[in-house]
Amino acid sequence: MSCGRLLKRALTSVKKDGIRTAAGFAYIPQTPNPALGETTKLNMFQSINSAMDIAMEKDSSAVLFGEDVAFGGVFRCSLGLQDKYGSARVFNTPLTEQGIIGFGIGVAAAGTTAIAEIQFADYIYPGFDQIVNEAAKYRYRSGNEYNCGGLTVRAPWGAVGHGALYHSQSPEAFFAHVPGIKVVVPRGPIQAKGLLLSCIRDQNPCIFFEPKILYRMAAEEVPVGDYTLPLSQAEVVRQGSDITMIGWGTVIHVLLEVATMAEEQLGVSCEVIDLQTIMPYDSATIEKSVQKTGKAMVVHEAPLTQGFGAEIAARIQESCFLHLEAPIQRVTGWDTPFAYIYEPFYLPDKWRCFEAVKKLRDFM
Amino acid sequence: MSLKVMRHLARWNCIRPKSSAMASGVAGSAAVYTDSLEFTNPISMPQIPTYRVLDRHGSIKKGNVPSSLSATLLVEIYKKMLLLSKMDKILLQSQRQGRISFYMTCSGEEAAVIGSAAALQESDTVFTQYREVGVFLWRGFTLDDVMNQCFSTHKDNTKGRQMPIHYSAREHNIQCVSSTLATQVPNAVGYAYSNKLKNKKSVTVAYFGEGAASEGDVHAAMNMAAVLCCPTLFICRNNGYAISTSTKDQYFGDGIAARGAGYGIRTVRVDGNDLFAVYQAVTAARELALSESCPVLLELMTYRVGHHSTSDDSTAYRSIDEVNYWNTRDSPVGRLGHYLVQQKLWSDEEEQSFTKECRKEIMGAFNQAENTPKPSPYLVFDDVYDTMTSQLGEQRRSLEEHLEEYGENYNLDEYDMK
Repeated sequence: MSCGRLLKRALTSVKKDGIRTAAGFAYIPQTPNPALGETTKLNMFQSINSAMDIAMEKDSSAVLFGEDVAFGGVFRCSLGLQDKYGSARVFNTPLTEQGIIGFGIGVAAAGTTAIAEIQFADYIYPGFDQIVNEAAKYRYRSGNEYNCGGLTVRAPWGAVGHGALYHSQSPEAFFAHVPGIKVVVPRGPIQAKGLLLSCIRDQNPCIFFEPKILYRMAAEEVPVGDYTLPLSQAEVVRQGSDITMIGWGTVIHVLLEVATMAEEQLGVSCEVIDLQTIMPYDSATIEKSVQKTGKAMVVHEAPLTQGFGAEIAARIQESCFLHLEAPIQRVTGWDTPFAYIYEPFYLPDKWRCFEAVKKLRDFM
Repeated sequence: MSLKVMRHLARWNCIRPKSSAMASGVAGSAAVYTDSLEFTNPISMPQIPTYRVLDRHGSIKKGNVPSSLSATLLVEIYKKMLLLSKMDKILLQSQRQGRISFYMTCSGEEAAVIGSAAALQESDTVFTQYREVGVFLWRGFTLDDVMNQCFSTHKDNTKGRQMPIHYSAREHNIQCVSSTLATQVPNAVGYAYSNKLKNKKSVTVAYFGEGAASEGDVHAAMNMAAVLCCPTLFICRNNGYAISTSTKDQYFGDGIAARGAGYGIRTVRVDGNDLFAVYQAVTAARELALSESCPVLLELMTYRVGHHSTSDDSTAYRSIDEVNYWNTRDSPVGRLGHYLVQQKLWSDEEEQSFTKECRKEIMGAFNQAENTPKPSPYLVFDDVYDTMTSQLGEQRRSLEEHLEEYGENYNLDEYDMK
């Protein structure tokens, strides 16, 4: 049985109350902006499906391709799309990430909107050369004669409870280091739909990482219509006055829970910021918050050293030095590969985040 | 066959023979069984023959000249080959004199590059590797365009972003050169797919060398082009060397052409130094790709007379005799030149005067570009994205402040500071 199918079966056995077995967190449903109109309850793969459906309906040139997308995809994100748009626009490719991304760049360079699916972010690396040396530089090197802005690469991302080394990775830091591409991570279905539509329509090559644990377990009322959420704009998901917490993707829900714990047990008020776009990122929102609180922590699943938290910490100390009342905390995966049985001890879970809150509270 | 499948097939014109190794059913559905255990032995298979029309002495034995190759066109092609050859020599010299930083010649491959270019239409989008400036010249890229890029002047359409010889020519439907090998090949396949969706009657062309053909990108691209029925021409210039690595260290099989069959791709091997053969083969390949909506692989056998680049000295790994042999006994320019002279379409006098004229034009463009300012340093921040990001805006201001104070250390008078 393929890895994809194994994982799919495993995911369907996740408890209905949404608790991820290994590390334990609860998905906190978000509420949409009422101005976006009618909603329906969707999980994250359904909201991503909706985004692609709308994109392909409105843009008759748009194509979606990758391994296994024709039958609906291993995570069901492309369910029904080949039936609706035909096999010329929604099609399987051979098993080759460098080919998928190289091909996608060419499609976009010819002016056609290209949505390329990579089956797991852990497998994106054969396409790294194409992303770094071609996609990211396509416009720049040609003096803006050419571009492949119509390319969006989507990939399942992050810890899933039992994914181990090769089904759990969060590689955003590698890509954040490449000028010329955009890197986006949604925290749930509402954001996934709006941010993905923005990426598809953005005139720069984008990489959209989808937290795979949230595909089924994250469900909320999602606007049915066509809406976009802005790129390069962070969102203050919970307002607070004492500590700034910065994260993206799944970890936002851990932080929201920790913020409640901090308030109830420690009397500490935490501000939770979802970065959403890793690159180019919204440093202004972070700086505004840290200037208010003086205490910051960055949380990500990816390993500590050279993770994107390092960039944020460097930026904060550069721009908010005199406001800081404590060293910036980074609560992250350890500097190890993502190991199977050790997942509960590897992830920046609520207890490690809670511990960081206490350190920040107690520093001065 | 269901109506749905028929519709798809009809739309894509993608022919898959029912009974053959390429039947598209589930594995085993069209298998041919044998009770004799035999391993295929490629070494004992016949080598794919090399198509040739013009012999080394400039004669055509069998009169295989296509009618589209008129005398006028032949002379035009020849002159472009001479111009390319001359331009290469001058720019190579100029690098040796320290006037430009880097150069790569196409010496010995003039027929492969210009012959193939001449067989294409302007509507065919071309992705080159880096040794195909002949395609640019054929389509009207001027000497000024070449020089402005090599000198990175503010008139360079690529805004001085890349090393010399990394041209881009949107006006002539040629994509921007990038140094990374073979990355352009899957890009070309995607481009062809988009064209197919839009019903464009043009092929997309990817040039690459026999060394680059070892890269995974080429394997991925060919397989995808075949499966997705993309009208793509894969033009491989097998010039004998990838820097110092000769073909014996590059591959074991029957060159690049033998790989085509593995992907189900129509393939031909051509004498790349024979202008007639190249022109005919590319013309036919193009028609095939369009009529059957399929990729075609062409392996043009040629020889890299020059060094890999100005950073290379090939005397370190090959004999001067070998180079001289190819340069004198199998020169694409020489072979076509002999033909033209024999057919009274050209003469030594015309060669001399045309070569002089070339030199004058080349030096004119050269001197002009050498004295043209470079682009504004602030252009380093543009075109990373479609719009400037806030971080890049901050960095730009940093550079402005830095130059305000330290500008005198930077030869700013060489740049277009407006």
